[in-house]
Amino acid sequence: MLSGLNFTDDQVVRYSRHIILPEVGPKGQKKINNGRVLIIGGGGLGSPVAYYLTAAGVGTIGIIDDDVVDLSNLQRQILYLTNDVGKPKAVSAREKLTALNPGCQVVAYQERLKASNILQIIKDYDVVVDGTDNFGTRFLANDACVITKKPFFHGAVLRFIGQALTILPGEGPCYRCVFQTPPPPSKVQTCAQAGVLGVIPGIIGLIQATEVLKYFLGIGDLLVGELLTYNALTMEFIKTEIRKNPNCPACGVNPANYELSDYEQPVCDLNTR
Amino acid sequence: MSNYKVDATLDITDVLCPVTFARTLLKLEDMMVGEILEVFLNDGEPLQKVPKSITDEGHRVILIEKVGDKNRMLVERGE
Ligand SMILES: [Zn+2]
Repeated sequence: MLSGLNFTDDQVVRYSRHIILPEVGPKGQKKINNGRVLIIGGGGLGSPVAYYLTAAGVGTIGIIDDDVVDLSNLQRQILYLTNDVGKPKAVSAREKLTALNPGCQVVAYQERLKASNILQIIKDYDVVVDGTDNFGTRFLANDACVITKKPFFHGAVLRFIGQALTILPGEGPCYRCVFQTPPPPSKVQTCAQAGVLGVIPGIIGLIQATEVLKYFLGIGDLLVGELLTYNALTMEFIKTEIRKNPNCPACGVNPANYELSDYEQPVCDLNTR
Repeated sequence: MSNYKVDATLDITDVLCPVTFARTLLKLEDMMVGEILEVFLNDGEPLQKVPKSITDEGHRVILIEKVGDKNRMLVERGE
């Protein structure tokens, strides 16, 4: 049976707990089903984002990661199982997500996001989620989203803390307004300093996924112009107001001739995973 | 059974909560304001919850009556 909104019987059952929410309803579920989300990085943040958005019925999920699964990933990257060690993350992630929701089209990109390919990849998506493990890719993604006016859902974690910020180009500050430029490689945490409690990316990733769903549904208040930080040790969430930087090279008053560029990053930059 | 002009019929006796409510909502979504939907539902949870939930969504329950071992509910599609 198909209704006017074209839900199959199975979809009505699968999404029934969304459909019965007045703030979602059949029309909201349809918006989710029509959504197209690119997740940059299939790691600690990308895993919960991808799982929950796929479960929610997001129509197209792109996931880009050029890495292979390492045993040390399994402490927090819940997309992967022990027998996935050694497999390409993009391929392994696609298997899990397709098994969870065959109605979701999952596109796996087994490559690195670069200035030369980012615009070509993000053009097929409505929104972009930051699950990257390095500053260079994050700045590149921010700038590409500003140029193409696509919402960008930032998240990052380290040790016991995490942060999230939703960037709506034209409406609020971008990531570069706040953080200016990538830190020089010498300032980036070394591996030993960059441990992370495995649950932290789960919490932050789900905040990013929640923001994506709220964006598609057009409900609630998004983290636009408000950087949310979470400290697991004190169990505090703090929102800090941030402003657009008029001189921001990406979204400021003179963004003319701004060009995307790649940044050199140390290999072991674990800042967000 | 009471006589009303019915515009559509839905049987939710073969599904459980919350699919009962979800299917009723979806059906109403397809109809025009003022049209009448006839819904067959079971005793117990569906009878307790679906009419109230439908009312909360702005639709009007016209009547509920026993028909055999099921219940028949007529709902007018709201705004
Ligand atoms: Zn900016």
